[in-house]
Amino acid sequence: MATIDAQKPDLPAPGSKSHPLYWKNRGFAHHFRNADEQFDACKLGMWLFLTTEVLLFAGIFCAYAIFRMLYPEAWTAGSHHLDWRFGGLNTIVLLFSSWTVASGVRAAQMGNNKALIRNLIITLICAALFVFIKLKFEYIPKLSMGKAPGTFFSYPYAHDPHEPLWWSIYYIGTGIHALHVFIGAGLLIWVLVRAIRYEAYGPTEYTMVETSALYWHLVDLVWIFLFPLLYLIH
Amino acid sequence: MTTANTAHELDHDHHDEGSYLTPRGGFGYTVWNWMTTVDHKKIGVMYLFAVLFMFFLGGVAALVVRLELLEPVRVAADGTITGQLFGDGESIATGNQIYNRVFTLHGAIMVFMFIIPSVPAALGNFFLPLMLGAKDVAFPRLNLFSWYIYVSGSIFGILSIILGGVDTGWTFYTPYSTTTDADHWRVLLMVLAAFVLGFSSILTGLNFIVTTHKLRAPGMGWFDMPLFIWAIYATSIIQVLATPVIGITLLLLIFERLFKVGIFDPGLGGDPVLYQHFFWFYSHPVVYVMILPGMGIISEMLSVHARKHIFGYRAIAFSSLGIAAVSFIVWGHHMFTAMGELASTIFSALTFLVAIPTAIKVFNWIATLYKGSIAINTPMLYTLSFLFLFSIGGLTGLPLGALATDLHLHDSYFVVAHFHYVMMGGTVIAFIGGLHHWWPKMFGRMYNEKAGMLGCVLVFLGFNLTFMTQFFLGTQGMPRRYASYVDEFTTLHVLSTWGSWLLLAGFLVHLFNFIHSLVAGPKAPPNPWGGLTLEWETESPPIEHNFHHEVLVKHGPYDFDTVVPPHCDEREYPLPENPAAH
Repeated sequence: MATIDAQKPDLPAPGSKSHPLYWKNRGFAHHFRNADEQFDACKLGMWLFLTTEVLLFAGIFCAYAIFRMLYPEAWTAGSHHLDWRFGGLNTIVLLFSSWTVASGVRAAQMGNNKALIRNLIITLICAALFVFIKLKFEYIPKLSMGKAPGTFFSYPYAHDPHEPLWWSIYYIGTGIHALHVFIGAGLLIWVLVRAIRYEAYGPTEYTMVETSALYWHLVDLVWIFLFPLLYLIH
Repeated sequence: MTTANTAHELDHDHHDEGSYLTPRGGFGYTVWNWMTTVDHKKIGVMYLFAVLFMFFLGGVAALVVRLELLEPVRVAADGTITGQLFGDGESIATGNQIYNRVFTLHGAIMVFMFIIPSVPAALGNFFLPLMLGAKDVAFPRLNLFSWYIYVSGSIFGILSIILGGVDTGWTFYTPYSTTTDADHWRVLLMVLAAFVLGFSSILTGLNFIVTTHKLRAPGMGWFDMPLFIWAIYATSIIQVLATPVIGITLLLLIFERLFKVGIFDPGLGGDPVLYQHFFWFYSHPVVYVMILPGMGIISEMLSVHARKHIFGYRAIAFSSLGIAAVSFIVWGHHMFTAMGELASTIFSALTFLVAIPTAIKVFNWIATLYKGSIAINTPMLYTLSFLFLFSIGGLTGLPLGALATDLHLHDSYFVVAHFHYVMMGGTVIAFIGGLHHWWPKMFGRMYNEKAGMLGCVLVFLGFNLTFMTQFFLGTQGMPRRYASYVDEFTTLHVLSTWGSWLLLAGFLVHLFNFIHSLVAGPKAPPNPWGGLTLEWETESPPIEHNFHHEVLVKHGPYDFDTVVPPHCDEREYPLPENPAAH
C-alpha cells in the first residue's frame, strides 16, 4: 500500500500471513547458527535467570527461618491473623494458572493460535484474581487494622512484642512476590498481544511463550513455598 | 585494517568492511551507533573506558586517604590541630568524618564500579565470543541492557558522592548504616547504586554462561577452550548464584532504613549480625569474581609470551571451578568476632581449602615458564609481577584465616595489605597486563613497549612500597579505617604514601602510552605475539562480524610445540619497529 510518506517501508497489515512477525516468517538472530541453537540458548538463559530469582527469595526465606527459630510465639501469633482459606484459594488460582500457561505453550507447539490466546487470557485472569484476592481480602483489611510493616505497625492487640517483625517479613515476602506476579503478567501480556495481532507463535517459533511460561511457573513455585510457611504453620 | 601492500590469507568479502571501529557515518550517526550497539566489542570498549574512569576516581580517593595519613593528627594543649587534611579547625571530629567518607568512597567505587565489572565486562565481553569463534554473545541486546544498568547504577553512586558521600564503609554494616544520615538520601543512593550494579553483574554472567555452553565454534569441546574462558565461566557462575543474595540484602537494608522493619535492629528483635552474614555470603564469593578472570588472563599471557603450552590445562580449568565452589562456604571468615567458637573453627578450616586449587594454579603457571621461550615485554613483566604479588597476597590470607593469629590481625592494616595484594597486586596487575596484551587486537595499534615496561616497573615498585609497609603496620597494631595513629607508625605511613605517588606515576605513564598509541601508534598486525587462540586469527581490530568465515577449530589453544601461529609470517606482515613479536 503506497503512502504519502514515501520513506516509510511498506509493511503488510498486522495479522497478515506476510507480516515479518508471523511465526512462519520469523528467522533467527544472526549470531546463532540455526533456530534450534537460538531456542536452546534462550531456554538455558531463562533457567539461569530463574535460578537467580530463587536465590533472591532465598534471602527472605532465610530471614523467616532465623526469626521463627528465635521467636516461635510471635510466629504463631502472626500466622493466626492470616486466613488460610484466602491463601489456599490464591494457591489454587496460581496452580490453575500454571496449568493453563503450560497448555498455552502446548497450543503454540501444536500451531493452535486460538487455544494459545484462550489459555493466556485465562492465565492473566487468574493473575488478576490473585492480586484482587490479595488486595481486597488480605492487604487492605489488614492495613486498615494497623497490621502494617515496620514503623507503620499500629495494631493495638498484638500479643507478642515481636509480632511486628513477623508482619514485616509477611509484607516483604508477599510484596516482592506480588511484584514478580506483575512482571510475569507483563511478559504474558506481551506474548498475548503478539499472538493476537501477528500470530507470532507457532510450532517453530514458541520460544517467548516457553520462557514466559517458565517465569510464570517460578512465580507459582515461590507462592507454593510462601503459602505454607506463612499461612499453615502454627 | 590489515596492511594492504602484500597478499595475505585472511579471506575477504567482496567489499572491504573496515573494522568494528570504522565510523560509517557522521558524528551524530556514530554516537547513536555506539549508544544503541549490540556489538559485544563496542560494549566491551565502553565498559573499558568506564571502569578505567572509575579506577581513576577511586584512585584519587585513595591518594587523598594516603595524603591524610602522611601526618598523625594531634591536638596541642592550646587546642590547635595539626596533621588534618580537612576539618574545621575546631575539633577533629569533622575531619575524621570526612576521612570516613573518603575511604568509603574509595572502597565503594573500587569494589562495585571498578573491580567487579573490570575484567569480565571489559575484556570478557570483547574476547569471550572471539575466543569461542562466535559472532557475538548469546544475548546481545541483554548485553547492552547490562551496560545501561551499569551506567545507571554508577550514576546513583556518583550522585550520592556529589551529595556528600557516606561514611559507613563500603560494607554498610548495620546498625550504623540504618541509622546514620537522617535525611536518607546519601546512604540510600549508594545502597541503591550497589543494588542496581548487581543486576548488571548477574545479566553479564548469565550471558557468558549461555554463550560458553551454546556458541562454541565447531570442533571446540570444553577442553579445547582457552583457560580465560574457563575463568570467565567460573566467574559467571559465582555472579549468577551470589549476586542475587546481595540484592535481597541491600533491599532489606533499604526497607530497614525506610520502614524500620526491624530485621537488623536489636531493639525490634532483629539481629545486626544477620546483616553481616547476608552481606558476606555474597561478598566473599565476589572476591573470587574479582580474581578468577585475572587468573584467566595470566594463563593466556604466560603461554603466549613464554611461547609454551600451559602446564596442567585440566588442573587449572577444574581449579577455577573448585575455587568458585569453595568460595560459597567460607564467608564466616570475615566475621570471626561475630560468631561463636564452633562456627569460627569450621569456617577457618574451610577457608584453608581455598588455598588448594589456588596453589595448584600457581604451581602450574610456574611450571609453564619452565623451558619456555620467555619474551621480555610489558605483558610478561605484568605476569611475573602477578605471580609474585598474588602469591604474597594469597599467603598472607592464611594468618588471617587461622583463628589464633587473626585475633591479633583482625581489622588491622594487615587485612588492608592482604586484600590490596590480592585485588590490586592480583586483579589490577593482571588487568593492566591483559590490557597491554590485547591492546593491539582491540584498537589496531601497538603501544610503546619501552614505556609500557617502565610503567610496569613503576607500578610494581610503587605498589610494594605502598602496601608492604602496611603488613608491618598491621602486625604492630595499627587499626584499619583510622584517620590517625601513634607516633611509632609515622615512618611506615610516610613510606606508604610515597609509594602511592610512585603508583600514580606508573599509571600515568600507562595512560599517556595508551593515548599516544591510539593517536599515533604503529598499526598492529593480526597476531603480534604469535598467539594460538582464535582472537589472533582475525584482524586487529576485528571486523564487525568477528571472523570472515565460519571458524573451524583444528588445534588446541596452547599447541605451541606443533602448530605455527597464524598470520605471523614476516613476509605477510612486515613488522613495525616494535620489539614485541618473537
